[in-house]
Amino acid sequence: MHAPIRPSPFAPGERPKIQLMATCLCDAFYDDVARATVEVLEHLGVEVEFPEGQTCCGQPAFNGGDWPASRKVVRHTLRTFAGTTPVLLPSGSCAAMLRHGALLEFEKEADLPEVKALAARTWEFADFIVNALGVKTWPGRYEATIAFHRNCHNRGTGSEAASLALLASIAGAKVVPFGEQEQCCGFGGTFSVAFPHVSSSMGTLKLEHIRAAQPDVLVSGDMSCLMHMGGLAQKAGQPVKTQHIAQVMRDALKNSGKL
Amino acid sequence: MASQPIDQAAATLPADKRASVYQSTKATHEKRTKLLFDQFNDPDLLRRRAGEIKQHVIENLDTLLPAVEAKLKANGAQVHWASTGDDACAAVLRIMQARGAKKMVKAKTMVSEEIELAHYLEKHGIEALETDLGEFIVQIDQDHPSHIVRPIIHKNRREIATSFEREGLGAYNDDPETITRRARQFLRHKYLQADVGLTGANFVSVESGRLVLVTNEGNSRFSLAAPKVHIALVGIEKLVPRDRDLGVLLNLLARSATAQQLTVYTEFISGPKHATQPDGPEEMHVIFVDNGRTDVLASECREILRCIRCGACLNVCPIYRQASGHAYRSVYPGPVGAVLSPLLAGKKFPELADLPKASSLCGACNEVCPVNIPIPDLLLRLREKGKREGAPLAAVGTPPMGAWALMASQPTAWKAALFGGKALNYLPTKLIPVPALRAWEEKRALPAWRGGEFRKWMKQRRKS
Repeated sequence: MHAPIRPSPFAPGERPKIQLMATCLCDAFYDDVARATVEVLEHLGVEVEFPEGQTCCGQPAFNGGDWPASRKVVRHTLRTFAGTTPVLLPSGSCAAMLRHGALLEFEKEADLPEVKALAARTWEFADFIVNALGVKTWPGRYEATIAFHRNCHNRGTGSEAASLALLASIAGAKVVPFGEQEQCCGFGGTFSVAFPHVSSSMGTLKLEHIRAAQPDVLVSGDMSCLMHMGGLAQKAGQPVKTQHIAQVMRDALKNSGKL
Repeated sequence: MASQPIDQAAATLPADKRASVYQSTKATHEKRTKLLFDQFNDPDLLRRRAGEIKQHVIENLDTLLPAVEAKLKANGAQVHWASTGDDACAAVLRIMQARGAKKMVKAKTMVSEEIELAHYLEKHGIEALETDLGEFIVQIDQDHPSHIVRPIIHKNRREIATSFEREGLGAYNDDPETITRRARQFLRHKYLQADVGLTGANFVSVESGRLVLVTNEGNSRFSLAAPKVHIALVGIEKLVPRDRDLGVLLNLLARSATAQQLTVYTEFISGPKHATQPDGPEEMHVIFVDNGRTDVLASECREILRCIRCGACLNVCPIYRQASGHAYRSVYPGPVGAVLSPLLAGKKFPELADLPKASSLCGACNEVCPVNIPIPDLLLRLREKGKREGAPLAAVGTPPMGAWALMASQPTAWKAALFGGKALNYLPTKLIPVPALRAWEEKRALPAWRGGEFRKWMKQRRKS
């Protein structure tokens, strides 16, 4: 995608404010990730709004080829997140849906300009903290060897570098490289159920590479990848500890009494 | 839930074949990355430039094609136009029959695979011998290539040694050098006996009418040197506007394809033998093949015509690595094939409508593509086409989304489902009423449902 790194949407001295889109995975399974996101943002002085009517980014139908169904959901999101306040998602994948996928499926639609405007104010968590807020290092302490999984939707965006910079700056944290880091974990939304063999083989291969690096925790900016890899590992009887980057950052604050 | 044909192919691919494909693609991909990033400050910029050159070509074919025809004719070549694969085959046959030619030596060309030229010529009593080592092995095994650049990536040397023994090319010996030497010895005589040498072209410069061919084995040079007639089969999208554009594209092609700075042979052919030259073909024919390309040009996926057939997207693709090329049931496998093959299939699109689904949309193909084709976007467009046209293969394993979309646009329904989903925690897998979740659970543990917990926490936090 080669999305350029965007300037901060806030004027100097302005109190930053965002609308949080928790994502359906956090809404259904990973409430602690959404909580950590709020805690980290509020620690940074960000005012967090949570529009109650929010549902999903529309990606499942978009990836499945059902663009009319997906557009219905995106239009709902447009209404729910009206205004000019930046929208923040603790997921590179859902952020990419609003920033890029929606533009594709609305190409010939009359409300394309509104979709474009939403895309322009949509941020992934780490990208927002580093590039919108200008936070380059993270305080606190987190004693762990971390394997960081880059979500594929963060290829060519500012998020990967932002995530790595934040993690590497935490006292006690050590980010270790592993084999074929750029390869997909095999989740891919409905791909994981339509291609169960390939999907699980990809995940297993990824886990082998990760295990070889002997991390204490597998970290990502996306719960979908972690749900897939963590679920595979658990099913195979070799569980791995997984955490969203927001949880690591929140725990780092807690560990040093800053939260 | 039923799985897709490519998933089934991957599940049944013999382990040794998967290992060959995986090792070979991985090694090439890693070498390619190192080479590009060690040698260029900004390989991404180079990729984008190359993409712009090829995009310019496909958007200006209406003027570039007549211009290259004029240039080629001025260089002494004869130019033919073929709108279908059959037309192209017939054109080759006509040229051969006009000379009373019976034997052809063929260099590797994907477009000849696409139009099934060798079978056609065979039916008309013409021997068309593959001279690229990989293609030669595919031919004697009556097999199909499984990779654009490495046709026999799915075979190991023991299989090849057995084939050579069967074909009378010497006693069993699986030493790669011996295999290569035996093939070379066999082919040497064939070059001298052939009436016609057939090649493709990686690029044709509109400015000079030069055909550019890149190879590693020297077989295309032999195919051009000995026979009296040279036929080049060229897809209409293979043009570059200027000779200097080759500086960009040749720098990327070999690096992307085989992780070489340049291939061993890079041939620039500007016409048949000149009166002052001692050797070379007396006649040169260039057959420009459409075979569905103008339809692709008119589609929403025209960027795929930038493709320079390097195979880098196959090498990096995790699905290709699991399934290998034959799973794609078409000449062009991997990510590029998942876009190009269903499009070139025309009315037969439904038969290949599953291919655009064979991707986790990870974007690695776009990241490595030397001409920066947005392959994931094109796969998505084709998924939409498959869904809109109701192609059954496109639907396998993808749950219908109508009810979900309705729920996801009604906050009250959404919240009810969020809270109600907790029942899942108490259900055995078999009884989960959502097929996709049941399918998920077959391979992976499902986390506990905590629908609505975050919303509750958020409300309390706001109150306090």
